[in-house]
Amino acid sequence: MKYYSYFPGCSAEATASPLGLSVPPVAKELDMDLIELEDWNCCGSSPYGSVDKLEATCMAARNLALAEKRGFDLVTPCSSCYITLNGADIRLKEYPVLRDQVNQALATGNLDYHGGVRVRHLAEVLYSDVTPDVIGTKVTKSLKGLKVAPYYGCQLVRPAVGFDDPESPRSLDELVASLGADVVSWQLKAHCCGGSLVMSEQDLALELINKLLHNAQENGAQCLITPCPLCQINLDAYQSQVNSKFKTNYNLPVLFLTQLIGVALDIKPNALGLQRNIVSPMKVLAPYL
Amino acid sequence: MTNTMVKAPAAEVSFIDEVCSIPGGEAIRSCIQCGMCTGSCPTASRWDYTPRQVIAMVRGGLREELLSSNSMWFCASCYTCTVRCPRDIKPTDIMHALEIIAIRDGLSTKRSRTPVMYKCFVDSAKGNGRVYELGMMLKLFLQTNPFAALKMAPVGLSLLLHKRMPLRPSRIKGIGELKAILDKAKALGGAQ
Repeated sequence: MKYYSYFPGCSAEATASPLGLSVPPVAKELDMDLIELEDWNCCGSSPYGSVDKLEATCMAARNLALAEKRGFDLVTPCSSCYITLNGADIRLKEYPVLRDQVNQALATGNLDYHGGVRVRHLAEVLYSDVTPDVIGTKVTKSLKGLKVAPYYGCQLVRPAVGFDDPESPRSLDELVASLGADVVSWQLKAHCCGGSLVMSEQDLALELINKLLHNAQENGAQCLITPCPLCQINLDAYQSQVNSKFKTNYNLPVLFLTQLIGVALDIKPNALGLQRNIVSPMKVLAPYL
Repeated sequence: MTNTMVKAPAAEVSFIDEVCSIPGGEAIRSCIQCGMCTGSCPTASRWDYTPRQVIAMVRGGLREELLSSNSMWFCASCYTCTVRCPRDIKPTDIMHALEIIAIRDGLSTKRSRTPVMYKCFVDSAKGNGRVYELGMMLKLFLQTNPFAALKMAPVGLSLLLHKRMPLRPSRIKGIGELKAILDKAKALGGAQ
């Protein structure tokens, strides 16, 4: 059993609840003990960093300080939380003036941060610590014959922090292959879905989402998987908007990585939140449930 | 580009120094204007000034013209420019720095809903310690275009029906402590 501090992120409690549901049972099957960081707060995500950098860094730093007290790596399943917490950690190490200000602010909450936390994305932990080989040995329902397009999005692999190639990543391909599924090779696997701009510039985001769905479908995908809450919501919840805007007829389920792993580990559909996906994955997954 | 440029008065810090003083903004002086950032950007076609032009305008002191444009608000933080820049400039961080200055100086454009969306996000995160997505979206539509909410209604409804849209916010226990931390940050320097 390996121990980690777990940072679910705000979306995992709400619009990405299938992610929040599917992580704990999958982690348990894979001998990972994810201990939720007590009373964590919003990571200080990029919208915050575009309004006030010092405050945003303090938001992240409160979480880092809480995690430092406990001492384990801080693992999040959300790509945005990942680059925000990791970016704050890097800035605090690179800018002593910022670090002093943040620690003065943290002191009012009886906290301080000394740079001792390693921030990691759950997908990277599954790839590097658990490894695809070990996951393969635990698969009880091989997904043989299921054509899965791994969608990395942006912030899992960019800005480059080292665990995978920023533009031609491989890690999710290997994780999907370890489940017995057929990995769909497609060009746009690490291109942008528009992220949070779907709320403010919907036309633009729908265009980007349409390109992604088209490219995955033309390469034979029966479903997509992604680790990122924003990517999943954009491709899943906005798929009907894309269909009406572009006169398309996509019916492509978009699963969280942990949901697909859970199916291969024979975890019950309810425990994985499969009925919460907007585009139902039940039909393509039927042979494996 | 028109000639309506407004330069910062000589006695004040120059625009380029202002951008350089924000973490991530320092490398802007080494830009060679190759255009890799613009060529890599998935949204550049919507920008008043492309990413390459944005950097040239910071260096040329075209402060108000740039800060009141829609450009940086179309950055989706995909970081493709950042990993491709041959001078290691991190244009994504520069766009975030420009957004901070534009909001602080009251210059952010009304032609994009993104500045208001970001402010709604911050209010939500500060108010509860966690982001309440439904509350944030309702506030965004009320402040920009309530009729646009009708277009969004089917998405919201399907999220609700699939148990992905809680009707109540989640609030952290240490909200008082978090507010004290953020107040102190404000006192120490505000927008930086």
